[in-house]
Amino acid sequence: MMTNLPSKLVWTAVAVLGAVALGIVALSRGETINAIWLVMAAICSYLLADRFYARFIAHKVLRLDANRLTPAQRFNDGLDYCPTDKTVLFGHHFAAIAGAGPLVGPVLAAQMGYLPGTLWLIAGAVFAGAVQDFILLSASVRRDGRSLGEMIRSELGNIAGTIAMIGVLIIMVILLAVLALVVVKALSHSPWATFTVSMTIPIAILMGIYGRFIRPGRIGEMSLIGFALLMLSLIFGRHVAADTTLAPLFDYSGEALSMMLIAYGFVASVLPVWALLAPRDYLSTFLKIGTIVGLALGIFVVLPDLKMPAVTKFVDGSGPVFSGSLFPFLFITIACGAISGFHALISSGTTPKMLDNEVNARVIGYGAMLMESFVAIMAMVAATTLEPGIYFALNSPAALIGTSPDSAAAAISGWGFTVTPDVLKQAAADVGEATILSRTGGAPTLAVGMAEILSNAIGGKALMAFWYHFAILFEALFILTTIDAGTRVARFMIQDLIGTAVPWFKATKSWSANIVATAIAVTGWGYFLYQGVVDPLGGINTLWPLFGISNQMLACIALLLATVVLFKLKRERYAWVTLAPATWLGVCTLTAAWQKIFSENPAVGFLAHADKFAGALAANTILPPAKSIADMHRIVFNDYVNATLTALLGAVVLAMAGFSLRAILHALDNPHVTARENAPVPAE
Amino acid sequence: MRKTVTAPMFKIARRIIRTARLMVGIPDYDAYVAHRRNVHPGEPIMSYEAFFRERQASRYGEGSGKINRCC
Repeated sequence: MMTNLPSKLVWTAVAVLGAVALGIVALSRGETINAIWLVMAAICSYLLADRFYARFIAHKVLRLDANRLTPAQRFNDGLDYCPTDKTVLFGHHFAAIAGAGPLVGPVLAAQMGYLPGTLWLIAGAVFAGAVQDFILLSASVRRDGRSLGEMIRSELGNIAGTIAMIGVLIIMVILLAVLALVVVKALSHSPWATFTVSMTIPIAILMGIYGRFIRPGRIGEMSLIGFALLMLSLIFGRHVAADTTLAPLFDYSGEALSMMLIAYGFVASVLPVWALLAPRDYLSTFLKIGTIVGLALGIFVVLPDLKMPAVTKFVDGSGPVFSGSLFPFLFITIACGAISGFHALISSGTTPKMLDNEVNARVIGYGAMLMESFVAIMAMVAATTLEPGIYFALNSPAALIGTSPDSAAAAISGWGFTVTPDVLKQAAADVGEATILSRTGGAPTLAVGMAEILSNAIGGKALMAFWYHFAILFEALFILTTIDAGTRVARFMIQDLIGTAVPWFKATKSWSANIVATAIAVTGWGYFLYQGVVDPLGGINTLWPLFGISNQMLACIALLLATVVLFKLKRERYAWVTLAPATWLGVCTLTAAWQKIFSENPAVGFLAHADKFAGALAANTILPPAKSIADMHRIVFNDYVNATLTALLGAVVLAMAGFSLRAILHALDNPHVTARENAPVPAE
Repeated sequence: MRKTVTAPMFKIARRIIRTARLMVGIPDYDAYVAHRRNVHPGEPIMSYEAFFRERQASRYGEGSGKINRCC
């Protein structure tokens, strides 16, 4: 009892500090608050959640057993299956789950103020995201490290498995399109950024040759060489942008860049992995981790104030960054960082095969997700430390703010966020760009915010442009890696799906099947990318909600699977742990899907938008941004494609809910445990 | 004397390097070699170069469609 006292005191202190920080974050109105309160509120909540809620899940819900052998111990081969130290595995798992998503979502959600997004990031991670990752990881560990698809198949049946797989393929396509769009928005008409990002290709190939033939397998050496070259191209990029003969070579419109990216995606995903994908993955992984650590240090050193109000008037759905009201769209916009269905794939991927003890699933599954949520909180800080006028200039589409600093300043000041044209011009000059207007997609906003924070820590104004382009480079680098790797995954899924009807198509060694499937994959995401680039509302406006809906839909499916497993284990008294977040996500995705299809507001509903343009077509008038009758037809067609896709996502959720309900009723009828876990093998 | 000071530092550095390598999909080679020696004595053991290539091909799923990264 005496030994418990210090620990009780510490946890009480954490709880009090967390409550104070949350109170300051939630109740401040009118006065600016320091970012440290946001950070403290998040960290204290995570600590308490891990100590109490995750522990409860580990002991009561999952009954993790330190004496039960894990797949890594039973099938140890030193390769796929190898018992790995938990801190090392934590790093591996975190690096796999942390991508561009948690950085973009909070930036977009900042249009509603810092408060709604922050609360959802914290509560979502604690009660939904981390729970999903933790339980899926544990479920996979108890099933020889099986994947999400295999687990759905064995617990819910083959049809449910196939439906889920189609869902994953749709997510993949939308994800690649939206990430590619983020890159296009950051690079368009920016010779400096385009130069440095395109230099990553020869640098990666050089690294690949070095690591394959000159010094095989020396990851550290090749990464250092690559990093040095990358920094050189970053510095040289400024001269390229200033040089009148070089700059036009790297100055492209969004349309041109999207075509290049599509071609790149095709070529990169059929090259051998050692040549381009692997070396760039090394660079982007290390740069990502380094930048996250750097940003955290920067925030703690600089302690910036949050300039965005706690809550803005845009909670009503009239915001310029994305359309739709707080419910359900905030919970769709911030997917990764609060909960990401994609993590269910990672948690049932390589990680469960390396866990050295069941009980470590808690720190790796639950803990890594809390860390990712913290990354999202930092993105929120970076976006809300900007002057709101600059934030809205960066994130509002040209259709709303025009293309000149004067029109933008007038429009944004009209919304109540006072800003002058000179401030906007100066902000662009500070980061070494011609303009910052309508650089939607989150990456440039985050880059400006990071540049502010990091230049305050190191280098001052003089280094701001360098930090900005460093941040763009780091995001573009890992997005390009994801495009390349994701196209390969989509190709495989397409081969697998078509292969069920046409068996020869499954042969992954077949060049013709490879090329055809790659072409289908690239056309799929390329179509949505191009549609997003020419969209007058900037594309992110349409594509990001689609991505959010699909990602949350997958999370809903994963949590439903977890619920079914709990019922089959006869632990239904704890089923609320997964059923509550699954229900919340189901309600959010279905409401959002319904509104995206049927809302009468053309800014939200696809069908209303299609009607508006079809009506104008019938009257033979051309509505901007369309420039011709053909454009008008294309817009109407795209609306129907988007509406169909959204309906498909809704149908997948409903179908999976039906399969889950059936399985739950069967489990309730059966007095025995029916979950397909491996029989426990105790350690001797 | 010097050894007692540097040993923990060396251990931490080694752990960081192992973490960084596993982040990009290359597990511990020494552990692989030890496993082969102990459990499969007399059977062939891949050289580091072969081990690296095998792991690299596996991570990026040449023909397996492995998902190893997130959005």
